[in-house]
Amino acid sequence: MSDNATGSAAAERGLPPAEPGGVASFDEADRGPIRRMQEFLHRFPTSIPFIVLLIGVVIFSFAAPGKFLAPFNFSLILQQVTIIAILGVAQTLVILTAGIDLSVGVIMILASVVMGRTAVVYGVPVEIAFPLGLLAGLACGFVNGVIVTKLRLPPFIVTLGTWSIFGALNVWYSRSETIRQADVQETAPFLQWTGTIIKPYDFFSKTLGLDLTFLKGWVLNYGSVVMLIVAAVIWYVLNKTAFGRHVYASGDDPDAARLAGINTDRTLIGVYALAGFICAIAAWVLIGRIGGVSPQAGQTANLDSITAVVIGGTSLFGGRGSIVGTLVGALIVGVFRNGLALSGLELLWQDFAVGVLIIVAVTIDQWIRKISS
Amino acid sequence: MKKLMLAASLLALSAAPVLADETIGLITKTETNPFFVKMREGAQAKAKELGVTLITAAGKYDGDNDGQVAAIENLIAAGAKGFAIVPSDSKAIVPTIQKARDAGLKVIVLDTPLDPMNAADATFATDNRKAGMLIGQWAKGTLGDKAADARIVFLDLATNQPTVDFLRDQGFMQGFGIDVKDPNKIGDENDPRICTHEISQGDQEKGRTAMENALQKCPDVNVVYTINEPAAAGAWEALKAVGKDDGSVLLVSIDGGCPGVKNVQAGTLGATSQQYPLKMAAMALEAIHAGKIPDIDPAVGFLDTGAQLITSKPVDGVPSISVEEGLKLCWG
Repeated sequence: MSDNATGSAAAERGLPPAEPGGVASFDEADRGPIRRMQEFLHRFPTSIPFIVLLIGVVIFSFAAPGKFLAPFNFSLILQQVTIIAILGVAQTLVILTAGIDLSVGVIMILASVVMGRTAVVYGVPVEIAFPLGLLAGLACGFVNGVIVTKLRLPPFIVTLGTWSIFGALNVWYSRSETIRQADVQETAPFLQWTGTIIKPYDFFSKTLGLDLTFLKGWVLNYGSVVMLIVAAVIWYVLNKTAFGRHVYASGDDPDAARLAGINTDRTLIGVYALAGFICAIAAWVLIGRIGGVSPQAGQTANLDSITAVVIGGTSLFGGRGSIVGTLVGALIVGVFRNGLALSGLELLWQDFAVGVLIIVAVTIDQWIRKISS
Repeated sequence: MKKLMLAASLLALSAAPVLADETIGLITKTETNPFFVKMREGAQAKAKELGVTLITAAGKYDGDNDGQVAAIENLIAAGAKGFAIVPSDSKAIVPTIQKARDAGLKVIVLDTPLDPMNAADATFATDNRKAGMLIGQWAKGTLGDKAADARIVFLDLATNQPTVDFLRDQGFMQGFGIDVKDPNKIGDENDPRICTHEISQGDQEKGRTAMENALQKCPDVNVVYTINEPAAAGAWEALKAVGKDDGSVLLVSIDGGCPGVKNVQAGTLGATSQQYPLKMAAMALEAIHAGKIPDIDPAVGFLDTGAQLITSKPVDGVPSISVEEGLKLCWG
């Protein structure tokens, strides 16, 4: 059977035709429902996290009746996952290249401390302090990328090392001192902007005169908007630019990518630097969320970001995955944590559930990969 | 033979400075927590004053027992006269402390008592139950008649309820007039005024998340107890986001760090109980240097380094100090 035949068979079932040469072909007789599902998931891997999310929402609607299923609670979950989702976007970039970045959390903390301390303690105008923080994140990521490519070390080792290094710099620069919400508000309120509350219903009814009742109860903040912008930009970069294709190619098969003329070193350095920069944006959102600057906050964020990426269906082996998947992955973690908390379960069972989700996600990834072998 | 002699002389050389100088150790839970940073500063100042060498060490994270075991072994090897330690795991560290005492080192435990407490030469600590009781009494006095039908949210530390967690939490309840049942256990009470217990891990971001979830369960909350000031700062952000920063909710905490005391001054925090890490460390170094442990009231079992309530709205019958005094004594 040729690819064309598979394509038309797929079209008969209402599925879009496979890309020529993209998916292997199969005999019609082999297709049981499970096999068909496997094939469907192989073609639309992002559908898995969506299905899990839906299952979670349904379960908790019953487990925490009246509390879970409310616009306000959903907007709360959105706020609670914002930081992890942004770090997850950074982590997705790195994992797509078959790497891993253990330092995303400390880059975020370091960048937030640079922003806050420079502005509040040293009195530098926020117009300078804020870009300095972004630059610090970019620099950290750049260092990661250069070590990975130039010293040819595994990303796991490199970022394990820089995790420690950036962490030490954070303690040194912050002197372990927390900067209070009120002090930030007085000197550099811009750093808290991401925490500003938006009520979409009021916004639309006041500015446009639209009575969108379904928006009632939603309470968002600019941090969520920043998250969506970051995700949209990186989605565009990955899907519509040459750099994005290079990222996928470098992760899928670096040798083939090199042979095809891609400068994989430059691509990798770009990926790590960009990831560092995104961590610095997460730092801004972190300051908005906690009001002040705490050198102790977000210590386990690196693991949380990997969790979001893996549950979102991005393969740890590189070359496969999406930003949308990561956003949904972060939402799944948020929904499970919030849902279990509202159901009155202890934190340890929340951790238990998230652990199960990680293993299930990777199992499904492995299972749908089998189709191409 | 020559090699052996060389090795012996090298050994003698390396051991010489240790023998000539008196060494005292300080082991904290982590390097980064401002409470321990301040403790180290207090110890450094005292070591300079006494003319002794101070070796400091810490676990990698809160709960890192192995790191502390290694630090104690190093101090024994260095021939230290003794050390002060804030144990990460109050049970698991006991055999290693016994080993050090057998080797002749004086051991003073700071802040978090061992289990059993008499496994060390002495314990210098804040009376955490009393610290909790002070803010409980203050909250009750401030609410007045409304205390009878208060709605209370507790932001505790961790699911495994370390000593400091249940001591502060249950102390608050006793001060507020809640029947605590088992005084060493959180969660077995049935007072209807308790709305929920959430876990903050003493972290600002997680404190906010915990408070958000608590608000979903208890929209009518009017008292929030928090294990420490970072958790309180996070809780305040959550309260602010839903417009409950209008004075309808009484937020109280424990620690007495400078950012926390300033929050009392600003009115976002109603009151806090202050403890004194600098003093703890300095007293311990002095005692080890002198080789003499001060007298300890056997009824209490440890040397109370004090806890004082800080508030700008004092309540009759509850001793407290002003924010200005608190700022002079604060740490972090």
